[in-house]
Amino acid sequence: MNIIVSNSSDDPIYLQIVNQLKQKIINGELSEAEALPSIRSLAKELKISVITTKRAYDELEKEGLIVTVAGKGSYVAPINKEMLRENRMKVVEEKMAEAISTARQVGLSLEELQEMLKLLYEE
Amino acid sequence: MEKVLDFINVSKHYMDFSLKNVTFSLERGYIMGFIGPNGAGKSTTIKLMMNLIKKDSGQIKIFGLDCEKNNIAIKERIGFVYDENLFYGELTVQEMKDFIRPFYKKWDESLFARYIKEFNLPLKKKIKHLSKGMKMKFSLAIALSHHAELLIMDEPTSGLDPVIRNELLDALQFLLQDENKSVFFSTHITSDLEKVADFITIINQGEILLSKTKDELLEEYCIVKGRKELLNSNHQKHFIGLKKNKYGFEALAGNKREITKLFGDSVVVEKPSLDDILLFLTRKDEDRVSPH
Repeated sequence: MNIIVSNSSDDPIYLQIVNQLKQKIINGELSEAEALPSIRSLAKELKISVITTKRAYDELEKEGLIVTVAGKGSYVAPINKEMLRENRMKVVEEKMAEAISTARQVGLSLEELQEMLKLLYEE
Repeated sequence: MEKVLDFINVSKHYMDFSLKNVTFSLERGYIMGFIGPNGAGKSTTIKLMMNLIKKDSGQIKIFGLDCEKNNIAIKERIGFVYDENLFYGELTVQEMKDFIRPFYKKWDESLFARYIKEFNLPLKKKIKHLSKGMKMKFSLAIALSHHAELLIMDEPTSGLDPVIRNELLDALQFLLQDENKSVFFSTHITSDLEKVADFITIINQGEILLSKTKDELLEEYCIVKGRKELLNSNHQKHFIGLKKNKYGFEALAGNKREITKLFGDSVVVEKPSLDDILLFLTRKDEDRVSPH
């Protein structure tokens, strides 16, 4: 598993970790009940403070994506598959909206756009 | 949360310098960086902590115990690293270790051997022939070999090159894998702290200016840069420090959100470094706006 944090990013480091772990959980790279690195070992590996990784895990726990068992560690929480799918649908919708808006800017018609989508989908 | 280190309203007066109502605490399992300009009172604070000088008033508790009454019991559980060489130069590393070892009930020879190996320390070499970095690492090996729960370090990185400093930070993070260990260290090299410290305490002229988590500090504070015409007294009250030059102004502000609301896109808002925060908070010139 890779986690890349950047000091020059506008996002605080804890948020970068939250977003990357969240993405890995949603796209299935981290599966249900899988153990996450301990707060302290993650801090050491990434060369950041313990409090930063702790905050990231707290945040993920609040959102219900991971569970922490005292003395044992943190695990990926059982996730509602339906909700996950809905989340992903939402992402598709957003990207399509973006594509449509760009298409309008260059004056593509709905038919032309549909044709393009069909070609790409069947590729 | 258990406090391993707790200063409550501690004062110490000298002829020409006073430590005034110093209050801060460190929770078990974390690293605190202690920063301030030279002469701010860092070493005096550490000497009080180590019970090397007596406070005038206030209370100092370490592991919840009164620092003066339980001096010996506390020292067993503390590791101390000082920026100057406190060892006998004529002794070899091995001899010096054998000298110190009997002082600690919980001395762990195999742990010492592990640090010697990890730090590449030559056992047979006389201490006076060690480089500054080697001496610091030896100091650290000694401080860590009796299972200290709290490591106190006074300017451990001063005068060391980045490679050795990085080794020290690695050693600290390795130590912190055990959540019962805590580290307190003073430094003026803030970039070291920017990486690993959990809490930052800033001292200036004998007073604690702030003590909070590094993340809070770096998220709340911001550097604002803009045209001088934008400045008015209403705005200035949001600034902690302000620098004006011919072509614009630069300031430190304590509330990033408010600044963004107030100025919008008319100014440049940047993430501060610990150095920026320290510099603005401790500047002495007439443009300085008092902290609120």
